[in-house]
Amino acid sequence: MKVGVVTFPGSLDDVDARRAVRIGGNEAVALWHGDEGLQGVDAVVLPGGFSYGDYLRCGAISRFAPVMTAVIEAAGKGMPVLGICNGFQILCESHLLPGALIRNDHRKFVCRDQRLRIERVDTPWTSAYAAGAEVTIVLKNGEGGYVADEATLDRLEGEGRVVARYLDDNPNGSLRDIAGVSNERGNVVGLMPHPEHAVEDLTGPGTDGLGFFTSLAEKAFA
Amino acid sequence: MARVVVDVMPKPEILDPQGKAVLGALPRLGFDLVTDVRQGKRFELQVDGEITDAVLAEIERVAGTLLSNPVIEDYEVHVEEHSVAEVAHEAGRA
Repeated sequence: MKVGVVTFPGSLDDVDARRAVRIGGNEAVALWHGDEGLQGVDAVVLPGGFSYGDYLRCGAISRFAPVMTAVIEAAGKGMPVLGICNGFQILCESHLLPGALIRNDHRKFVCRDQRLRIERVDTPWTSAYAAGAEVTIVLKNGEGGYVADEATLDRLEGEGRVVARYLDDNPNGSLRDIAGVSNERGNVVGLMPHPEHAVEDLTGPGTDGLGFFTSLAEKAFA
Repeated sequence: MARVVVDVMPKPEILDPQGKAVLGALPRLGFDLVTDVRQGKRFELQVDGEITDAVLAEIERVAGTLLSNPVIEDYEVHVEEHSVAEVAHEAGRA
Protein backbone atom coordinates (compact mmCIF):
# COMPACT_ATOMS: atom_id res chain seq x y z
CA MET A 1 0.00 0.00 0.00
CA LYS A 2 1.03 3.59 -0.53
CA VAL A 3 1.04 5.42 2.77
CA GLY A 4 1.26 9.21 2.78
CA VAL A 5 3.03 10.92 5.67
CA VAL A 6 2.16 14.59 6.00
CA THR A 7 4.86 17.10 6.89
CA PHE A 8 3.56 20.25 8.53
CA PRO A 9 5.82 23.18 9.44
CA GLY A 10 7.19 21.94 12.77
CA SER A 11 6.60 18.21 12.26
CA LEU A 12 9.44 16.23 13.85
CA ASP A 13 8.71 12.58 13.32
CA ASP A 14 7.72 12.55 9.66
CA VAL A 15 11.01 10.96 8.56
CA ASP A 16 10.83 8.28 11.26
CA ALA A 17 7.20 7.63 10.31
CA ARG A 18 8.11 7.19 6.63
CA ARG A 19 10.90 4.80 7.64
CA ALA A 20 8.50 2.83 9.84
CA VAL A 21 6.05 2.65 6.94
CA ARG A 22 8.77 1.14 4.73
CA ILE A 23 9.95 -1.29 7.42
CA GLY A 24 6.30 -2.30 7.80
CA GLY A 25 6.26 -3.36 4.17
CA ASN A 26 4.51 -0.41 2.60
CA GLU A 27 5.54 2.40 0.28
CA ALA A 28 5.99 5.76 2.00
CA VAL A 29 4.91 8.92 0.18
CA ALA A 30 5.89 12.34 1.51
CA LEU A 31 2.93 14.71 1.57
CA TRP A 32 3.20 18.43 2.24
CA HIS A 33 0.77 20.42 4.38
CA GLY A 34 0.12 22.79 1.47
CA ASP A 35 -0.84 19.99 -0.93
CA GLU A 36 -4.39 20.04 -2.24
CA GLY A 37 -4.50 16.30 -2.94
CA LEU A 38 -3.16 13.05 -1.54
CA GLN A 39 -1.17 11.78 -4.55
CA GLY A 40 -3.26 8.65 -4.77
CA VAL A 41 -2.16 7.18 -1.43
CA ASP A 42 -4.15 4.40 0.24
CA ALA A 43 -3.61 5.58 3.82
CA VAL A 44 -2.28 8.64 5.68
CA VAL A 45 -0.13 9.13 8.76
CA LEU A 46 -0.14 12.47 10.58
CA PRO A 47 3.17 12.40 12.44
CA GLY A 48 4.31 13.81 15.75
CA GLY A 49 6.01 17.12 16.39
CA PHE A 50 5.04 20.69 17.11
CA SER A 51 3.23 21.78 13.97
CA TYR A 52 2.91 25.56 13.77
CA GLY A 53 4.82 25.72 17.03
CA ASP A 54 1.72 24.46 18.88
CA TYR A 55 0.47 28.05 18.55
CA LEU A 56 -3.11 28.70 19.68
CA ARG A 57 -3.66 25.03 20.63
CA CYS A 58 -1.77 21.93 19.57
CA GLY A 59 -3.04 20.97 16.13
CA ALA A 60 -5.50 23.88 15.89
CA ILE A 61 -3.83 25.59 12.94
CA SER A 62 -2.69 22.41 11.17
CA ARG A 63 -6.27 21.26 11.17
CA PHE A 64 -6.97 23.97 8.58
CA ALA A 65 -3.90 23.25 6.40
CA PRO A 66 -4.89 22.70 2.75
CA VAL A 67 -3.98 18.99 2.81
CA MET A 68 -6.35 18.38 5.73
CA THR A 69 -9.39 19.08 3.56
CA ALA A 70 -8.44 16.05 1.46
CA VAL A 71 -7.52 13.98 4.54
CA ILE A 72 -10.84 14.69 6.24
CA GLU A 73 -12.78 13.87 3.07
CA ALA A 74 -10.85 10.62 2.51
CA ALA A 75 -11.22 9.63 6.18
CA GLY A 76 -14.97 10.07 5.81
CA LYS A 77 -14.90 7.59 2.94
CA GLY A 78 -13.01 5.03 5.01
CA MET A 79 -9.34 5.68 4.20
CA PRO A 80 -7.09 4.55 7.06
CA VAL A 81 -5.67 7.57 8.91
CA LEU A 82 -3.28 7.29 11.86
CA GLY A 83 -2.43 10.34 13.96
CA ILE A 84 0.53 9.98 16.27
CA CYS A 85 0.99 12.46 19.15
CA ASN A 86 0.68 15.84 17.40
CA GLY A 87 -1.18 13.95 14.68
CA PHE A 88 -3.65 12.71 17.33
CA GLN A 89 -4.12 16.31 18.44
CA ILE A 90 -4.78 17.34 14.83
CA LEU A 91 -7.38 14.56 14.43
CA CYS A 92 -9.17 15.73 17.58
CA GLU A 93 -9.08 19.36 16.42
CA SER A 94 -10.49 18.17 13.07
CA HIS A 95 -13.33 16.45 14.94
CA LEU A 96 -12.41 13.20 13.19
CA LEU A 97 -11.93 11.85 16.71
CA PRO A 98 -13.82 12.85 19.86
CA GLY A 99 -12.20 14.52 22.84
CA ALA A 100 -9.12 16.71 23.13
CA LEU A 101 -5.58 16.61 24.47
CA ILE A 102 -4.53 19.04 27.16
CA ARG A 103 -1.34 19.79 29.06
CA ASN A 104 -0.04 16.91 31.18
CA ASP A 105 -1.57 17.09 34.66
CA HIS A 106 1.90 17.14 36.27
CA ARG A 107 2.92 20.00 33.88
CA LYS A 108 6.19 18.37 32.84
CA PHE A 109 7.21 17.00 29.48
CA VAL A 110 7.43 13.23 29.72
CA CYS A 111 9.74 11.04 27.66
CA ARG A 112 9.95 7.36 28.45
CA ASP A 113 9.30 3.80 27.36
CA GLN A 114 5.64 3.23 28.09
CA ARG A 115 3.74 -0.01 28.58
CA LEU A 116 0.40 -0.14 26.79
CA ARG A 117 -2.41 -2.57 26.23
CA ILE A 118 -3.77 -2.74 22.67
CA GLU A 119 -7.52 -3.09 23.12
CA ARG A 120 -9.04 -2.60 19.68
CA VAL A 121 -7.51 -4.83 17.02
CA ASP A 122 -10.09 -4.65 14.24
CA THR A 123 -8.64 -1.42 12.82
CA PRO A 124 -6.36 -1.23 9.77
CA TRP A 125 -3.60 0.02 12.11
CA THR A 126 -3.82 -2.58 14.86
CA SER A 127 -4.92 -5.82 13.20
CA ALA A 128 -1.41 -7.26 13.56
CA TYR A 129 -1.80 -7.29 17.35
CA ALA A 130 -3.57 -9.88 19.46
CA ALA A 131 -6.44 -8.40 21.48
CA GLY A 132 -5.12 -7.37 24.87
CA ALA A 133 -1.49 -7.45 23.72
CA GLU A 134 0.82 -5.67 26.15
CA VAL A 135 3.53 -3.70 24.38
CA THR A 136 6.21 -1.15 25.21
CA ILE A 137 6.69 1.84 22.95
CA VAL A 138 8.10 5.32 23.31
CA LEU A 139 6.01 8.10 24.79
CA LYS A 140 7.05 11.76 24.61
CA ASN A 141 4.64 14.60 25.11
CA GLY A 142 3.88 17.77 26.99
CA GLU A 143 0.20 17.95 26.10
CA GLY A 144 -0.95 14.36 26.08
CA GLY A 145 -3.75 14.39 28.61
CA TYR A 146 -6.78 12.88 26.86
CA VAL A 147 -10.05 14.45 27.98
CA ALA A 148 -13.68 14.15 26.93
CA ASP A 149 -16.95 14.44 28.81
CA GLU A 150 -18.24 11.44 30.73
CA ALA A 151 -20.89 10.59 28.14
CA THR A 152 -18.28 10.51 25.37
CA LEU A 153 -15.92 8.37 27.46
CA ASP A 154 -18.75 5.96 28.26
CA ARG A 155 -19.64 5.76 24.57
CA LEU A 156 -16.01 5.11 23.58
CA GLU A 157 -15.74 2.32 26.13
CA GLY A 158 -19.15 0.89 25.26
CA GLU A 159 -18.40 0.79 21.55
CA GLY A 160 -14.93 -0.66 22.09
CA ARG A 161 -13.23 2.36 20.55
CA VAL A 162 -10.41 2.67 23.08
CA VAL A 163 -7.50 1.45 20.91
CA ALA A 164 -4.76 1.55 23.54
CA ARG A 165 -4.58 2.14 27.27
CA TYR A 166 -1.66 3.05 29.52
CA LEU A 167 -0.46 0.31 31.83
CA ASP A 168 1.37 0.68 35.16
CA ASP A 169 1.53 4.45 35.45
CA ASN A 170 -0.67 7.02 33.75
CA PRO A 171 1.95 9.35 32.24
CA ASN A 172 -0.09 12.48 31.57
CA GLY A 173 -3.42 12.48 33.39
CA SER A 174 -5.39 10.99 30.48
CA LEU A 175 -8.90 10.14 31.61
CA ARG A 176 -9.47 6.40 32.06
CA ASP A 177 -5.80 5.83 31.11
CA ILE A 178 -6.67 6.29 27.43
CA ALA A 179 -3.63 6.34 25.13
CA GLY A 180 -5.45 6.02 21.81
CA VAL A 181 -8.95 6.06 20.36
CA SER A 182 -10.62 5.39 17.04
CA ASN A 183 -13.62 6.69 15.17
CA GLU A 184 -16.73 4.55 14.98
CA ARG A 185 -15.70 2.80 11.78
CA GLY A 186 -12.17 2.16 13.06
CA ASN A 187 -10.31 3.58 10.06
CA VAL A 188 -9.21 6.71 11.94
CA VAL A 189 -6.93 6.05 14.91
CA GLY A 190 -5.20 8.56 17.18
CA LEU A 191 -2.41 7.51 19.49
CA MET A 192 -0.31 9.57 21.89
CA PRO A 193 2.72 7.24 22.15
CA HIS A 194 5.07 6.80 19.17
CA PRO A 195 5.07 3.36 17.52
CA GLU A 196 7.32 4.70 14.74
CA HIS A 197 10.14 4.95 17.30
CA ALA A 198 9.81 1.28 18.23
CA VAL A 199 10.32 -0.57 14.96
CA GLU A 200 14.01 -1.53 15.08
CA ASP A 201 16.15 -3.21 17.72
CA LEU A 202 19.00 -0.78 17.15
CA THR A 203 17.07 2.16 18.58
CA GLY A 204 14.20 2.46 21.02
CA PRO A 205 12.84 -0.09 23.45
CA GLY A 206 12.22 -2.82 20.86
CA THR A 207 9.99 -3.49 17.90
CA ASP A 208 6.60 -3.52 19.60
CA GLY A 209 5.47 -0.53 17.50
CA LEU A 210 5.94 -2.31 14.22
CA GLY A 211 2.43 -3.77 14.28
CA PHE A 212 0.95 -0.34 13.58
CA PHE A 213 2.77 -0.36 10.25
CA THR A 214 2.51 -4.04 9.28
CA SER A 215 -1.24 -4.17 9.93
CA LEU A 216 -1.84 -2.27 6.68
CA ALA A 217 0.22 -4.74 4.66
CA GLU A 218 -1.66 -7.65 6.19
CA LYS A 219 -4.87 -5.95 5.21
CA ALA A 220 -3.63 -5.36 1.67
CA PHE A 221 -2.67 -8.99 1.10
CA ALA A 222 -5.59 -10.52 2.99
CA MET B 1 -11.54 50.82 12.93
CA ALA B 2 -13.36 48.90 15.61
CA ARG B 3 -12.25 46.32 18.11
CA VAL B 4 -13.90 43.09 19.16
CA VAL B 5 -12.49 41.03 22.00
CA VAL B 6 -12.81 37.28 22.28
CA ASP B 7 -12.10 35.74 25.69
CA VAL B 8 -11.43 32.01 25.73
CA MET B 9 -11.36 30.00 28.97
CA PRO B 10 -10.95 26.33 29.76
CA LYS B 11 -14.33 24.83 30.71
CA PRO B 12 -14.83 24.63 34.48
CA GLU B 13 -14.63 20.83 34.49
CA ILE B 14 -11.38 20.78 32.49
CA LEU B 15 -8.16 20.64 34.49
CA ASP B 16 -6.09 23.81 34.02
CA PRO B 17 -2.49 22.90 34.89
CA GLN B 18 -1.22 26.39 33.99
CA GLY B 19 -3.68 28.08 36.30
CA LYS B 20 -2.72 25.64 39.04
CA ALA B 21 0.96 26.45 38.56
CA VAL B 22 0.24 30.16 38.88
CA LEU B 23 -1.91 29.59 41.97
CA GLY B 24 0.88 27.54 43.51
CA ALA B 25 3.38 30.36 43.02
CA LEU B 26 1.31 33.07 44.70
CA PRO B 27 1.72 32.11 48.38
CA ARG B 28 5.46 31.90 47.90
CA LEU B 29 5.34 35.54 46.83
CA GLY B 30 3.27 36.51 49.84
CA PHE B 31 -0.05 36.86 47.98
CA ASP B 32 -2.60 35.11 50.18
CA LEU B 33 -5.96 36.41 48.98
CA VAL B 34 -6.29 34.51 45.71
CA THR B 35 -8.02 31.17 46.14
CA ASP B 36 -8.17 29.98 42.53
CA VAL B 37 -6.64 30.82 39.16
CA ARG B 38 -7.89 29.82 35.74
CA GLN B 39 -5.75 30.82 32.78
CA GLY B 40 -7.32 31.59 29.43
CA LYS B 41 -6.66 33.65 26.33
CA ARG B 42 -7.77 37.08 25.19
CA PHE B 43 -7.89 37.92 21.48
CA GLU B 44 -8.15 41.56 20.36
CA LEU B 45 -9.54 41.60 16.83
CA GLN B 46 -9.59 44.69 14.62
CA VAL B 47 -12.32 45.03 12.04
CA ASP B 48 -12.94 47.67 9.40
CA GLY B 49 -15.98 49.91 9.69
CA GLU B 50 -18.88 49.69 12.09
CA ILE B 51 -19.60 46.74 14.28
CA THR B 52 -22.85 45.36 12.95
CA ASP B 53 -24.77 42.21 13.80
CA ALA B 54 -23.23 40.62 10.70
CA VAL B 55 -19.72 41.45 11.94
CA LEU B 56 -20.48 40.02 15.37
CA ALA B 57 -21.98 36.90 13.83
CA GLU B 58 -18.79 36.37 11.84
CA ILE B 59 -16.61 36.93 14.92
CA GLU B 60 -18.75 34.34 16.72
CA ARG B 61 -17.88 31.89 13.97
CA VAL B 62 -14.18 32.82 14.19
CA ALA B 63 -14.31 32.24 17.94
CA GLY B 64 -16.12 28.92 17.68
CA THR B 65 -14.13 27.61 14.71
CA LEU B 66 -10.54 28.59 15.32
CA LEU B 67 -9.99 30.61 18.50
CA SER B 68 -11.57 28.04 20.82
CA ASN B 69 -12.04 24.30 20.89
CA PRO B 70 -15.62 23.66 22.02
CA VAL B 71 -14.61 20.33 23.56
CA ILE B 72 -12.48 21.97 26.24
CA GLU B 73 -13.09 25.72 26.10
CA ASP B 74 -15.82 28.35 26.39
CA TYR B 75 -15.62 31.73 24.69
CA GLU B 76 -17.21 35.13 25.03
CA VAL B 77 -17.35 37.84 22.39
CA HIS B 78 -17.65 41.50 23.32
CA VAL B 79 -17.02 44.88 21.81
CA GLU B 80 -14.39 46.90 23.59
CA GLU B 81 -13.14 50.34 22.75
CA HIS B 82 -9.67 50.06 24.25
CA SER B 83 -6.99 47.44 23.96
CA VAL B 84 -5.17 46.26 27.07
CA ALA B 85 -2.12 48.16 25.82
CA GLU B 86 -4.12 51.40 25.62
CA VAL B 87 -5.59 50.92 29.09
CA ALA B 88 -2.16 50.19 30.51
CA HIS B 89 -0.75 53.29 28.85
CA GLU B 90 -3.60 55.40 30.20
CA ALA B 91 -2.92 54.11 33.69
CA GLY B 92 0.75 54.95 33.36
CA ARG B 93 1.87 51.34 33.47
CA ALA B 94 3.31 51.35 29.97
